Amino acid sequence: MTGTALEAAALGKKFGRRKAGWALHDCTLRIPAGRVCGLVGPNGAGKSTLLAHAAGLLAPTEGSIRVLGTTPAAARERIAYVAQDKPLYPQLTVAETLRLGRELNPGHWDAAVAGRVVDEGGLDRDAKIRSLSGGQRTRVALALALGKRPELLLLDEPMADLDPLARHQLMGTLLADSAEHGTTVVMSSHVVAELEGSCDHLLLLGEGRVRLAGPLDELLAAHTLVTGPSSGDLAPHTVVESRTTGRQVTALIRPRGPVGAGWQTDEPTLEELVLAHLRAPQAPALTLMDDGADGGETDGAEVQEAAV
Amino acid sequence: MVEYRIDRRSGVATYLQIVQQTKQALRLGLLEPGDKLPTAREVVEATAINPNTVLKAYRELEREGLVEARRGLGTFVRKSLGSTPADSPLHAELSAWTDRAREAGLERDDVAALFNSVLEEHFKGDEA
Repeated sequence: MTGTALEAAALGKKFGRRKAGWALHDCTLRIPAGRVCGLVGPNGAGKSTLLAHAAGLLAPTEGSIRVLGTTPAAARERIAYVAQDKPLYPQLTVAETLRLGRELNPGHWDAAVAGRVVDEGGLDRDAKIRSLSGGQRTRVALALALGKRPELLLLDEPMADLDPLARHQLMGTLLADSAEHGTTVVMSSHVVAELEGSCDHLLLLGEGRVRLAGPLDELLAAHTLVTGPSSGDLAPHTVVESRTTGRQVTALIRPRGPVGAGWQTDEPTLEELVLAHLRAPQAPALTLMDDGADGGETDGAEVQEAAV
Repeated sequence: MVEYRIDRRSGVATYLQIVQQTKQALRLGLLEPGDKLPTAREVVEATAINPNTVLKAYRELEREGLVEARRGLGTFVRKSLGSTPADSPLHAELSAWTDRAREAGLERDDVAALFNSVLEEHFKGDEA
């Protein structure tokens, strides 16, 4: 479980000559192998663009991206990518689609896994893809991705159109696969609560830049939710976001040293951490380095904070 | 074998929920020395939580000497936790005390709060 699954250095992407700006700008990040990484951010933050770069479907305007120690093109056989719109051939049946997966992935196709993912959803193998619902197509797309036995699994909003049972089943299958084979999973989602518990790594993008990145436990530990009188002074801590209600102020801070008496402190949940950063786009970025040596322990963590 | 129930909204860290539920199963005799805990893969598949979380919980249980990992075989229970069977004298005393609390007009929540505060007082500083 050592090594790097995904690494970007000053990655930037501009589409066409659009003056609107950069879809991704100056993104430097590293996701160690074996992690399950949640990719979050508001619409238009650059999540899909980043995943498409990792899959080798887009070329950077500037900077570079490497996956599994090589270029995305060279790693294609070891990557599985499920795009947001789950592209499949509508005229094929489920069985034909699975056969396609087998023929296109000679030597490393796991028919048992792919078949199980399809069967758990009670799909008729003779049904044409075009006759399936959105959620059923998602299931087939995930069956193809898992059947490929990838080392890196890139999923763009994979759970969006699944019913609760299918979500739970597929997330379980995904994570069990990761546990057994050390598969790295990078998964974008807007449902932050869904990532809580499933992910051990977080990447929060905003306006094409990295806002938060690192092992989830450490990111949570680097922040504190404080509640106190609005007259209180939060210096010298970094205040990510603060809201005042009457005489009370609630703030998410990155403590520098002990928090003064008179403040009630709590560790934030993933949802609170993400929401506070989404509400406060001007908050400084924070990247916690992860040497990938162990399952998210605090050793070797380096703090690197930069005003954006 | 135990089955873990993960409550994502409880505010209790997920790995700790696994630790606590394993200890509960040990106390109730649902797990006995020699029993095998579910593999990380099995837990992950059933609960959709991160595999590292399960491993962290098992490491914690191992650190406390309750289980041991046997290479290639799985994680096994080493010892049980001081159990208090339903017919123990302690149970009878607590039951009698609860009766008196009710007679004194205490509601269920009052009893629970009182019990917890005494518990807190006596076990302060001990591991959860």
